[in-house]
Amino acid sequence: MEADHVDRLRHEGRIVIVGASLAGLRAAETLRAEGFTGSLTMIGDEPYEPYDRPPLSKAVLLGKASPHHTELPHRREIDATWRLGVAATGLDLTAKRVRLADGDEVEYDRVLIATGVRARPWPKEAEAGLDGVFVLRTRDDATALYQRLKSGPRRVFVIGAGFAGSEIASACREMGIAVTVAERAGAPLVGALGGTIGAVAAELQLENGVDLRTRVTVTELEGDSVGRVRAVHLSDESVIEADVVVVSLGSLYNTEWLNGSGLGAGPRGVACDAGCRAFDFRGIVTDDVFVAGDVARSPHPLFGYQFLALEHWGNAVAQAETAAHNMISAGAERRPHMWMPAFWSSQFGVNIKSVGVPPMGDQLMVTQGSLAERRFIAVYGHRGRMVAAVSFDNTRWLEFYQRQIERGAPFPVEFPTMDRRPEGRKPVAADFPDPSLPTHGPTVTLSGFSPTDRQLVFTPAHH
Amino acid sequence: MRLVVDLNKCQGYAQCAFLAPDVFTMHGEESLVYNPRVAEDQRQGLARAVAACPVQAITADGLDGAAEPTAESAREASHGS
Repeated sequence: MEADHVDRLRHEGRIVIVGASLAGLRAAETLRAEGFTGSLTMIGDEPYEPYDRPPLSKAVLLGKASPHHTELPHRREIDATWRLGVAATGLDLTAKRVRLADGDEVEYDRVLIATGVRARPWPKEAEAGLDGVFVLRTRDDATALYQRLKSGPRRVFVIGAGFAGSEIASACREMGIAVTVAERAGAPLVGALGGTIGAVAAELQLENGVDLRTRVTVTELEGDSVGRVRAVHLSDESVIEADVVVVSLGSLYNTEWLNGSGLGAGPRGVACDAGCRAFDFRGIVTDDVFVAGDVARSPHPLFGYQFLALEHWGNAVAQAETAAHNMISAGAERRPHMWMPAFWSSQFGVNIKSVGVPPMGDQLMVTQGSLAERRFIAVYGHRGRMVAAVSFDNTRWLEFYQRQIERGAPFPVEFPTMDRRPEGRKPVAADFPDPSLPTHGPTVTLSGFSPTDRQLVFTPAHH
Repeated sequence: MRLVVDLNKCQGYAQCAFLAPDVFTMHGEESLVYNPRVAEDQRQGLARAVAACPVQAITADGLDGAAEPTAESAREASHGS
């Protein structure tokens, strides 16, 4: 019976994809590639067809690509009805409808949620509204920021030294613009890679002329009489004059539109099973609601079945493909999303890449090269196992380490490698901040724990 | 023509920067910077770069035969390697 249902769905079904970005587009292409001939509707709150975001903080700020021209190439015709420039505002699981901001409703047989994340805004609204205060997430953000950088600001102030903040600082320095970066933690990239590797990123910034301020927070953005930002006040009581401020404090999940829908959606994303099926608020898996990309949070067997939310480009592609496949497949044909987390960044001329889940690691070893040369591979370990590896300008070795992680290779690392230095023969602390303290910018959100960890006490509600 | 490079796959071989230097440039030792919108007169260079990439990390449309990945590369992509 299920096979009949899926067969009908494949041929005459109505599939709605909410979120017209990388994940949404690749899901649509996969549906068509796998023989879906029903109707397909793509809903996106921005007026643009799906575009690529990584260039926005790199090539676009350097003037090497236009923010208007990062649309993603299509792998095939998707023959969809596009509803662009209109946000989804609600999901009715019973009537199987997506509500739109313009009052319209779209019926579905299966829906894919790919609404992603948005930039976390500066929390004080009046200050966030000052002229010269930016975030960088969308194409419009990039256009506005690029225009301002081109006009030759005296100083740019970047709040937050995660990947995006560091890339923005890097672009500014390359354009010869003075830049100050403020970071709550002790070094840049600490949320994603820990303090030991963060120290290398800090040197990189300092050597490239960034005025890096760590262990400080911004207390106030000060405007002038006509509403332009003119200075930034820090928790160490220093005041820095700047005419451009970029708020780079990580992201917020776009799940508000699902409030009241009955889905297990909230400030940490939308929880789903390994097959990309969304959970309802009772923790029961849904049949017709799928989720993929930045907004999805799913259990990963390689990492203790922790729920991982990955703001990774490759995850958006792979999870979208799996979700699309499962949307039009019955039982045993479905497959799990078991992608190896991987991301990259490029800053100050250094190529940074990572595989696995660094924030899970408590120790690391430099297995090739050295931190001092800023060309190395560092391996992260947790409970006797290799859980992640990061490379600085050493990309070609990363795949080898990926295979090791997949196999659950032991940590400390014992195998001999080329270019192994004495400093790499002993594990050192990875130096991640206490996860209970607020931070920003990790590219992996860990949530939930393996039952053996016993780090949480579950207290049932009383009736 | 539009293009995107899967930088998870990219290993900095720089074949693309050699074959289509107006589209792809190396930034530092092994970072790749590219212009995702490619002018018509770069068609040939882009096609060569797509074909020459040792890890098949470049997807472009508007190139005959290049927009559709082979079943093999699609399968590989779905495993995210």
